[in-house]
Amino acid sequence: MMIDPLSVFILLLGAATPILFAALGELVVERAGVLNLGVEGMMITGALAGFAAAHASGSPALGFIAAAVAGAALSMTFAALTQFLLSNQVATGLALTLFGLGLTAMFGKPYEGMKAPAMMPGPLGLNWMIWLGIALVPVVWWFLSRTRPGLILRAVGENHDAAHGLGYPVRRVRILAIGFGGALAGMGGAYISIATVLQWTEGMTAGAGWIALAIVVFAQWNPWGVLAGAWLFGGVTVLQLRLQAAGVAVPVQLLSMAPYLATIIVLVLISARQKFGRSGGGAAPASLGRPFHALK
Amino acid sequence: MKRRTLLGSAAALVASTALPAFAQEEKLKVGFIYVGPVGDGGWTYQHDLARQAVEREYGDRVETTYIESVPEGADAERAITQLALSGHKLIFTTSFGFMDATINVAKKFPDVKFEHATGYKTAENVATYDARFYEGRAVLGTIAGRMTKSNKIGYIGSFPIPEVVQGINSAYIHARKVNPDVEMKVVWAYTWFDPAKEADAAAALIAEGVDVFMQHTDSTAPLAKAQEAGAFGFGQASDMSNFAPQPRLASIIDNWEPYYIKRVGEALEGTWKSHGVWLGIGDGEVVIGEITDAVPAEVKAEAEALRDQIASGEYHPFTGPLNKQDGTPWLAEGQAASDEELSSMNFYVEGITAPMPK
Repeated sequence: MMIDPLSVFILLLGAATPILFAALGELVVERAGVLNLGVEGMMITGALAGFAAAHASGSPALGFIAAAVAGAALSMTFAALTQFLLSNQVATGLALTLFGLGLTAMFGKPYEGMKAPAMMPGPLGLNWMIWLGIALVPVVWWFLSRTRPGLILRAVGENHDAAHGLGYPVRRVRILAIGFGGALAGMGGAYISIATVLQWTEGMTAGAGWIALAIVVFAQWNPWGVLAGAWLFGGVTVLQLRLQAAGVAVPVQLLSMAPYLATIIVLVLISARQKFGRSGGGAAPASLGRPFHALK
Repeated sequence: MKRRTLLGSAAALVASTALPAFAQEEKLKVGFIYVGPVGDGGWTYQHDLARQAVEREYGDRVETTYIESVPEGADAERAITQLALSGHKLIFTTSFGFMDATINVAKKFPDVKFEHATGYKTAENVATYDARFYEGRAVLGTIAGRMTKSNKIGYIGSFPIPEVVQGINSAYIHARKVNPDVEMKVVWAYTWFDPAKEADAAAALIAEGVDVFMQHTDSTAPLAKAQEAGAFGFGQASDMSNFAPQPRLASIIDNWEPYYIKRVGEALEGTWKSHGVWLGIGDGEVVIGEITDAVPAEVKAEAEALRDQIASGEYHPFTGPLNKQDGTPWLAEGQAASDEELSSMNFYVEGITAPMPK
């Protein structure tokens, strides 16, 4: 039985977009040396805020803007706790996820059962958010590897003491990166509520934030790798559903496992490369997850 | 602090904690474990409505607690234990995947009564209750078979467990009865609740040419997708009436209220006994929601007639002649499937071409 590869690809782009946004944001955060495990919490917050704004205004575009603002605002609690109070980033990130899920469950009640306004179709019948997500990949790549602020951000992520010694504002760079990550996670979440599911449902991101975190590792902190990872994860989901609908016997468990297996293999390769001396580029930022205090 | 005042305050402390305990002895604490959030608009929402009905019915005599979004697996045991330790004497665990966890916790708390939904393992203090969803599926299948223009109907399954397989078979058998050309496409989502994945599953079915589908997952996401694509669906577990008339044609509603009120009442009276029950349309546990005007009057009448025949026990949705998918005979002419066969059903009936997941 044949299935049309083009239609699979179109569905794939839709399924990949939320995790692409969230993972690109988290990539910038991690390149600045901060590990924010609160992606899921920021996504669900963006999903609710975006849906609420889109529903109230009738404009999906306003919804995505509101989602970015809400995601960034929530990420600022993480920034305040980890950058000023030097709390543990892993614990704070986990708390952010739990907080976001609880907060949206409470404030989302009035929005249950409402419908999202229709997305405006963009070029080639794909909506604008899909295009924006893809366009962000070269932008983030260019910013990180070809601009001075991008170089400073990477320097902060690799060795915050040295960056501080050179006079770079480590804390400010990190706070900006966290805010950017929050905004993109919020927009990714809003894509789920506004474009995929077309309504608000409690807990609707259902683990997409964790997949985004896995993709950043899979991508070895490279924006192009993030795009590949998002397409791989999104593609596996869509492809197995389409194959099933077409009546093909597919080993669903194996397929669902594949992206995670790939992530583990990448992790093994990274550590093998470090162990055997050739520490190539692309591995984890050296200061990732370490708190920074100027007066140490 | 002098020793005397210390003793005095200790006594006061004991008194203050002990007295309310005596006063509350009459109050029955009833716990609920939900697999999804109460706001899912479907499965868990219906269980929570029934919990609220129990509170209304018995007022001050009961106190209810629920824990929502409990994953099926090791964490479920922890959640159930937590309820048992905090003085709940009757605990409803409302998903198939809580079965082993419920049995394990029940062994440790012999004086706590457990009610497990849709499972098949009972014990002295563990009762099971289930709904004959397949009866409702027969009615929905009839409507789907009549309403499809592409002759392709779809089904979003959660997990390939007997409860879901019964529904697929029942829907297909009755769709084929009214439309011999009908084809059934099945997609397994391997989740009870993941709106994005459920929406993707609906999109995959629609892309295969399906124009009417049913779902056995808990969120309203597939209906939203159907609405966008101009396809039809059905309310699942809950009425989902805000999707009527397009895409929601009708709905299959799980009405747990009568059963919960009855069992809590028995626990209060001290007459509670373990059992395994399986209630259907006739008992009011499976309800067909309003069939909308998008469905032609004669199809509506046909569906309602089938519903009433099933309710009265005059007709069993699994009545022979029926063969299994591979062509081997299953039920002879006029023979109805036994409950044992249904509760372990792991095969499709003849005519469904989709492969059964291993």
